[in-house]
Amino acid sequence: MQYLSFTPNRWLRLMVGAMLILGVLTSTFAADDTPEAFIKRLSGDVIDAIKTDKSLAAGDINKIIVLVDQKVMPSVNFLRMTASAVGPSWRQATPEQQKRLQEEFKTLLVRTYSGALSQFNDQTILIKPVRAAPDDKEVVVRTEVRGKGDPIQLDYRVEKAADAPAGWRIYNLNVMGVWLVDNYRSQFAQEINAKGVDGLIASLADRNKSNAAKPQGK
Amino acid sequence: MKRQLSHIALAASLLLVGCASAPTANPKDPWEPMNRSVARFNDKVDDNVLKPVATGYRNVVPDLIQTGVRNVFNNLSDMWSTVNNLLQLKPINTAESLGRVVVNTVFGIYGIFDVATYLKLERHPEDFGQTLGYWGVPNGPYLVLPLFGPSTLRDGASLPVDFAVSPTQYISDIPTRNEVFVLRLVSKRAELLKSGNMLEEASIDKYSFTRDAYLQYRRSQIYDGNPPDEEDSNDDPSANPAANPAPAK
Repeated sequence: MQYLSFTPNRWLRLMVGAMLILGVLTSTFAADDTPEAFIKRLSGDVIDAIKTDKSLAAGDINKIIVLVDQKVMPSVNFLRMTASAVGPSWRQATPEQQKRLQEEFKTLLVRTYSGALSQFNDQTILIKPVRAAPDDKEVVVRTEVRGKGDPIQLDYRVEKAADAPAGWRIYNLNVMGVWLVDNYRSQFAQEINAKGVDGLIASLADRNKSNAAKPQGK
Repeated sequence: MKRQLSHIALAASLLLVGCASAPTANPKDPWEPMNRSVARFNDKVDDNVLKPVATGYRNVVPDLIQTGVRNVFNNLSDMWSTVNNLLQLKPINTAESLGRVVVNTVFGIYGIFDVATYLKLERHPEDFGQTLGYWGVPNGPYLVLPLFGPSTLRDGASLPVDFAVSPTQYISDIPTRNEVFVLRLVSKRAELLKSGNMLEEASIDKYSFTRDAYLQYRRSQIYDGNPPDEEDSNDDPSANPAANPAPAK
């Protein structure tokens, strides 16, 4: 009897549950892009911005940093990038140290990436077909920057992320065969072995300070 | 006689062990102390000689001539790439490289104009070190060469082969041959000027950053830009293993 009297209630709960699931699913599908489309739009946005704004095209590094922060960073899993570069010591670091590491590493990378972007002028980006199953959670998207001279290989590792603007986030970058995050591992480990996590944070902060002090936009 | 030999072998192995054993040595870079001093020497040479000369070259020589010079040297290395593509049994790349050399030498006037690129014939640069790598010869230890910079035992040992077959070796007048060599170096350095101090600015230890980049770069070249994953390049230490069990692969 009790069972029967609760039926409408149960049904309602089921309905609400189903609707919620459906809602989540549709919103995921709406945000879901193929990884190629994601990279294509992202690099297209950045290149268009550089081509239309004269001060960006002239290599104004501070403006480029703002652009990268707004357009690129929401689609980057920076926590994962930092953790992966720091390696096994990441789990021993305190939350405060992890936060500082992310901030300093981000400043360093955004500046380097912006410096590379400031060299950009009449190149085009060619996106190669992705070889992956449709349900792969992690995919490599290969692209080529074509301009004068030999083409430059530029690949991205992307992961599925329902909460990201396009359903994907970048977590590693490959320039001419060199994976960026991997390339920081041994010098970070070396620094941590010698001076601890705080030593690494201090070295990164020093590097950022001396970079910021340098004259820009030659 | 036999005992003498074994003494020599023992002494030699002790010497090697002595060289190799810094306590925290990177297994890929057992000669790090020596490499670091050579890298410092190279940086000094670059700061004081090569970079100023390359900057002057970039600023004074007309762009058209700079491009011509670069094209001629690229054409020369395409010849050697053709041979190395053949040695790696890559028929399409061999044909394309050969096509480039023929087209550029004939229609591009000894390679001054890069006609082949307009015809969509792409470059496939291969050197002898890559050929050895392709056939499974390991890198060996990282090695910084004076003036030439980052290398490995394998690549360093194959450099003389690359040099010996270079057509510029057959210039009989030695001062001219040396001038051509310097011009090639300056032209190469001038190309790199626009990347500025990127390596310095992006790293906290330029030496190990350069080393790791070089080793990754060569590995990628040997696999033609498509190397298999190294064991842990995909891991994600930020993920909490308890809350987020790794998907079965």
